[in-house]
Amino acid sequence: MSTDNKAMGRKHHFAHHFRSAEHEYESAKQGIWLFMATEILMFGAIFAAYAIFHSLYPSMFAEGASHLDWRMGFINTCVLLVSSWTMAMAIQSLQSGKGKNAAPYLIVTLLCGAGFMVIKYLEYTHKFHLGLYPGKWFTYEGAQHSNLALYFSFYFVMSGLHGIHVLLGMGLITWVLIRTMRGEFDEHYYTPVEGVGIFWHIIDLIWIYLFPILYLIG
Amino acid sequence: MAAHVQTGKNYINEFAGLKSWLCSLDHKRIGVMYAIAVGIFFLVGGIFALLLRTELFSAGPTIMGANTYNQVMTYHGAVMVFMVIIPGIPAVLGNFFLPLHIGAKDVAFPRLNLLSWYVFMAGSILAISTLFTSKIDTGWTFYTPYSIRTSTATVTMVVAAFIMGISSILTGLNFIATTHTLRAPGMTMGRIPLFVWALYSTSILQVLATPVLGITLLLLVAERTLGIGIFDAALGGDPVLFQHFFWFYSHPAVYIMILPAMGIISEVITTFSRKTIFGYTAIAYSSLGIAAVSFFVWGHHMYVSGQSEIANVIFSALTILVGVPTAIKMFNWTATLYRGSIQFTTPMLYALGFLFLFAIGGVTGIMLALIGLDVHFHDTYFVVAHFHYVMVGGVLMALMSGMFYWLPKMSGKMYQESWARISFVFTFIGFNVTFFPQFILGSMGMPRRYFDYLPMYESLNRISTIGSYMIGFGFVVGLITVIRAIYSGPPAPANPWGGKTLEWTVASPPPHHNFDVEPVITAGPYEYR
Ligand SMILES: [Cu+2]
Repeated sequence: MSTDNKAMGRKHHFAHHFRSAEHEYESAKQGIWLFMATEILMFGAIFAAYAIFHSLYPSMFAEGASHLDWRMGFINTCVLLVSSWTMAMAIQSLQSGKGKNAAPYLIVTLLCGAGFMVIKYLEYTHKFHLGLYPGKWFTYEGAQHSNLALYFSFYFVMSGLHGIHVLLGMGLITWVLIRTMRGEFDEHYYTPVEGVGIFWHIIDLIWIYLFPILYLIG
Repeated sequence: MAAHVQTGKNYINEFAGLKSWLCSLDHKRIGVMYAIAVGIFFLVGGIFALLLRTELFSAGPTIMGANTYNQVMTYHGAVMVFMVIIPGIPAVLGNFFLPLHIGAKDVAFPRLNLLSWYVFMAGSILAISTLFTSKIDTGWTFYTPYSIRTSTATVTMVVAAFIMGISSILTGLNFIATTHTLRAPGMTMGRIPLFVWALYSTSILQVLATPVLGITLLLLVAERTLGIGIFDAALGGDPVLFQHFFWFYSHPAVYIMILPAMGIISEVITTFSRKTIFGYTAIAYSSLGIAAVSFFVWGHHMYVSGQSEIANVIFSALTILVGVPTAIKMFNWTATLYRGSIQFTTPMLYALGFLFLFAIGGVTGIMLALIGLDVHFHDTYFVVAHFHYVMVGGVLMALMSGMFYWLPKMSGKMYQESWARISFVFTFIGFNVTFFPQFILGSMGMPRRYFDYLPMYESLNRISTIGSYMIGFGFVVGLITVIRAIYSGPPAPANPWGGKTLEWTVASPPPHHNFDVEPVITAGPYEYR
């Protein structure tokens, strides 16, 4: 079967249970979107928990948010938006046959991810320095609400889980970057790059929601 | 097909050696690997069950103390739920027959399929490993705040359940993509077998509900290791939130368990009634209906957890609503039997046993959905009896039905009817002897989960324990019958039951690539009369 499509997949041969390379591509894309649904539901649950406690203690959450530096969050939002654009450009370069441009775009995406994590690291160490730890480790003394620790539980769990996803995404980008530099992708086959791209966009999207609810609301 | 019968090449003997199994991407081999693993875990969970029943044979401590009982009860629940019933039908029979049913050569992502087996095994082994460390005594539900405080191996067990959840998600998304994209030409969604509809609905639940369990378990791990306090009232959090999150997954999870079982029943009943299934569309859409409603009923586990009255009423009404699509299925199955040429083979006996037991399990479920009755029955043996009628009387009966129905296809060998029937008689009668008295015990007020009880409950508990030994005997006979068939059964023809679905058009066992020529479908799956 794959011999009929020699022109279609010069390097990549689609698996035997598909009828064509497009058929394989369509299936793979469905699988990736289904996986994204699981990511959204996983974060959805913790967003729900946040909403419940926020409605119970709105002024405590406002006090918590006042300890965050919105400028840091804003810079990180911009960094991720740029990285989403470069990711999209990497895929677009492959699609339009300009595969050479894909690797530089991927490298910029990777650097943006790293930049995001550096800023996160600076923010975290600053909080630790003040004693703004989650839950039972909370030692900050100037709190106006006795349960302020709960805000920082949400802050660290939500941004931490998101940060782990950023790191996973960077690992995946490195993987497709190596394969791109080996010349494994072209306009006929770029499914892994597109899959990683979708994952990266979803991570960005989650941050777009995290930024206002953690830094701005209150 | 004929060519394969002559050359004798099939998925089992085409490649040899342990490595050819452990690295196989063939959905049929992965299904068999799941069958072996699930079978072993079923024995483990069953031994725990018999230990529990033996302890409860007499009032007062007999073979174990209170703490050991709590641990054995936890392992029985956790092993049976996470390692047997959830993966049982989809990962074993679903893996094997989903591609065959829709005329595909494999599932959409064979590599992911193999990965899901390894992930499942890693989770299972991690779970079992806690038996050799500090064990766990929280019950399979891991309720906070006890699960935060207990000194046992909760973190390991919870991480294990999380890992098994990943495996379940991978299987689910693989099946959805397979059903969407790999159907043979002419195999429209209105022509796929009802087993596929059931698996499809199950997969939707696996993909959408399991992530919520995932985050819940992660938060519990963070609770224990980092003390974040989201579920801990002492730190400003709320333990009831854990219950909400847990049941948001675990109520749909009971349909992850029962929907594939219903799919098997649809296949077996139509084949052995020699009659086109009654109400194909109604059965197919009722699966989706059950899946959809199941996301909005979790609160029926929490009528006495301080939920508001209005929430109780809404959850109660929605729970009763689940009875509608379920009853639609029951009526369609009985209508299929009506005036059919019924053959009482072992799979059919198990399927009829399912109808009988599931009817009782379902009706008592409606009773428990009613707030007034539930407050009375809450945490008594009535609840235990109800969910065992559904999970064992329903799911395990259907699993046995499916195993005997498809054993000739999977192994290429016929089993011995007489022994298989003995296994059915013992499991069916033993099941009722075990669990019917528990309805009475529950309505008399015997609480669940305790290792001891008042002397007034003793005689019914003795009957229940004797019944559990009968179930154990029945399953052992069934297992021996299956193993004997695999080793020394007579060869099975391609279509021993006269089935109409696609798996019966290929040799037994099927060739490596399933179909020599891609089938073209021109009619529905059950064209009898
Ligand atoms: Cu429920």
